[in-house]
Amino acid sequence: MAKPKVAFYWCASCGGCEEAVVDLHEKILDVVQAVDIVLWPVALDFKRKDIEAMPEGSIAVSFINGAVRLSEQLEWVRLLRQRSGLVVAFGSCAHLGGIPGLANYTTRERIFENKYLKSVSVDNPERRLPQTRSTVNGYELHLPEVWPMVKPLDEVIDVDYYLPGCPPPVSLIAAAVGAILSGQLPPKGSVLAPNKALCESCPLNETKPEKMSIPHFKRLATTSADPKTCFLAQGYVCMGPATRGGCGERCIRGNMPCRGCFGPPPQALDQGAKFLGSLASLFDARTEADAQAVADSIADPTGTFYRFSLPKSLLKGRTIPQTES
Amino acid sequence: MSQRITINPITRLEGHGVIEIFLDDRGNVDRAFMQIPELRGFETFCIDRPAEEMPRITPRICGVCPTAHHLASTKALDDLWKVQPPPAARKLRELAYNAFYVEDHYIHFFFLGGPDFVVGPDAPAAERNILGVIARVGNDIAGQVIRVRREIRQMLETMMGKVIHPVFGLPGGVSRGISEEERQQFLPTARFAVDFAQFALKLFDDVVLKNKKYVDLVLSQGYTNQTYYMGLVDEKNRVNFYDGQVRVVDPAGKQFALFPARQYTDHIAEHVEPWTYITFPYLKKVGWKGFVDGMDSGVYRVAPLARLNVADGMATPLAEEHRAKMFATLGGKPAHATLAYHWARLIEALQGAERMLQLLEDPEITSPEIRCLPTATPDEGVGIIEAPRGTLIHHYWTDSNGMLTRVNLIVATNHNAAPMAISIERAAKALIHDGQVSDGLLNAVEMAFRAYDPCMACATHAIGHAPLELRIREGDGRLRQVVRR
Repeated sequence: MAKPKVAFYWCASCGGCEEAVVDLHEKILDVVQAVDIVLWPVALDFKRKDIEAMPEGSIAVSFINGAVRLSEQLEWVRLLRQRSGLVVAFGSCAHLGGIPGLANYTTRERIFENKYLKSVSVDNPERRLPQTRSTVNGYELHLPEVWPMVKPLDEVIDVDYYLPGCPPPVSLIAAAVGAILSGQLPPKGSVLAPNKALCESCPLNETKPEKMSIPHFKRLATTSADPKTCFLAQGYVCMGPATRGGCGERCIRGNMPCRGCFGPPPQALDQGAKFLGSLASLFDARTEADAQAVADSIADPTGTFYRFSLPKSLLKGRTIPQTES
Repeated sequence: MSQRITINPITRLEGHGVIEIFLDDRGNVDRAFMQIPELRGFETFCIDRPAEEMPRITPRICGVCPTAHHLASTKALDDLWKVQPPPAARKLRELAYNAFYVEDHYIHFFFLGGPDFVVGPDAPAAERNILGVIARVGNDIAGQVIRVRREIRQMLETMMGKVIHPVFGLPGGVSRGISEEERQQFLPTARFAVDFAQFALKLFDDVVLKNKKYVDLVLSQGYTNQTYYMGLVDEKNRVNFYDGQVRVVDPAGKQFALFPARQYTDHIAEHVEPWTYITFPYLKKVGWKGFVDGMDSGVYRVAPLARLNVADGMATPLAEEHRAKMFATLGGKPAHATLAYHWARLIEALQGAERMLQLLEDPEITSPEIRCLPTATPDEGVGIIEAPRGTLIHHYWTDSNGMLTRVNLIVATNHNAAPMAISIERAAKALIHDGQVSDGLLNAVEMAFRAYDPCMACATHAIGHAPLELRIREGDGRLRQVVRR
């Protein structure tokens, strides 16, 4: 029997998801035995024409990481969608938009201005900016236009499953590959991770009081956290209550609070809204003014609650103004 | 009639890198352009974030070298809050950083750039990958390559929370220390890394240096660029990856500048072109003279060969022996042979491994004193580190509450952008004459490119082993010939 065909592909990503696959270490040799990798640009030969020549649905599964922000990426993921039985959005950027999705809080014009005109190290007296079409010594050169908004994968193609995390942990990657190979898959649209909030598996959960009352949020810049006590109980913003579990609590074990890379827990659509809901009950406030004071002590609510999920959120970033010097 | 040649790595299809070569009327190379068609805007979307979140945000610039961004950012926070980490915290950061260097250099040598040599520059493209390396060196050695990476990365995950996108850096220290038990557990990994690093250099010696054809290739004019070089050095002017002053040498090897992080804007400026999203840094005191090398051009190079060229020596004994041998073989210092980046990379991996062992043998590293809490009011901070792919600069400004008001980043790939364009042009000129395009062109351009960085990590990250397609067009854009590999 022919081995199932598997494709790995990347859009606007950092390469960390590729490294996560290499972190399967010896297990990657098992994967290579069990499947026929038809596409993996970082490590193996690559033939777009071969993919185009394949019949529809002939690739068993395509793992696609990175958010989508260029037309060329859109063409690629559409091609892979047609040729693949299953598409898995791999990692936070494909799943939720990821950290590059924070760009949805600002505009392309501001990004250009800061990078090419206002930077302290740029010397640009002619105020040049990159152009989609330019002519140098009579030679015409083209650049792709960067979309004004970063998009998660399921905004542009149909996605069957989501593998969360920035990057996804090796245990979940291996489990997902195993589930696909054995055909033991959950319903379409599932996130291939436990259906629980992070707090439930957190090693500090025992120290999380039934009822919390936070008078003021602290910042790690100027304080030290106790590695043995729930971060929220200590007064640090930790996204645990509004984040799906399954990450191995790697940040918590590094004595740092969760920033939410696994996205919202089951039944919650918008991670920031979910966190706000959890947060209100934690405040030590009798009056509205007290509550406002506690809320004001959170340094960067929008950039923290939507650290990884802004493009996937209900707001998508469009309506939130940015104050910028 | 003038012609356009587009070298179209697959990455252009996902928007990561394009090379355009233009021929003059006689069919000789006039100009080559390397375009980076991507801009993510970290400098802008980080504004309004709390500065202490930057070590957790900026690693997403590059998931191949996240530890470099993490620690450059953490050092910028030290400067911002005017605080020094206690000795154990500094050692922990340095340990993590050297360990990261070792495994990062190996992913390059064995997975990405090295196959050109290990499998051979003339081998079929389909074999020039990690599987080809395994076939060439055997399963036993391949197993060791996987083992050294696995052990180091498991150690890093314990230390930094996550190995891809670490979390442990904070202003004035780190969030987590290591126990004596962990130190004992990591020591064998460091010893293995030292052994493996020597083995990798022996492999390079056997496969490359004993093969006259390869050595001639390394030393050939098509792969030589006379530029300035930049890199961090310690107080004895030795190679240092984590900290020190920035040293610049001229194309003759003479010290041109030596400056602390805070003064980088006195020495480095960035040139902007309309046809690419990447900027082109150059030495301010020499000036931007276009895409040319030599003493009068402010173009400089960074990364392994540059670091060895600026330093007076390596910081560890075994690596120093190899450094001396390298410069003797290449005809002295500075070495301008672009392909020698591969050799320098392996020597650096040995220094990284030796330094890992030194740091782990120091019992102070398990001290619980891992944080010095900031008390000063933040305003501005600069952190400079040597990323595996070159000097990395993070510069932050905040309000008095530590909220970012401005960010400037010069990433490793930035510095090498102009030299890469020059190297590509030189390789193209050596192989295209009178309109005749040699079949070896694609391979040569690919190798010139990969020597700097296989994956263009911080800017394009996807050149790797993409088969290249080269299109030759008539002046009116009509396709005349397609060469594919």
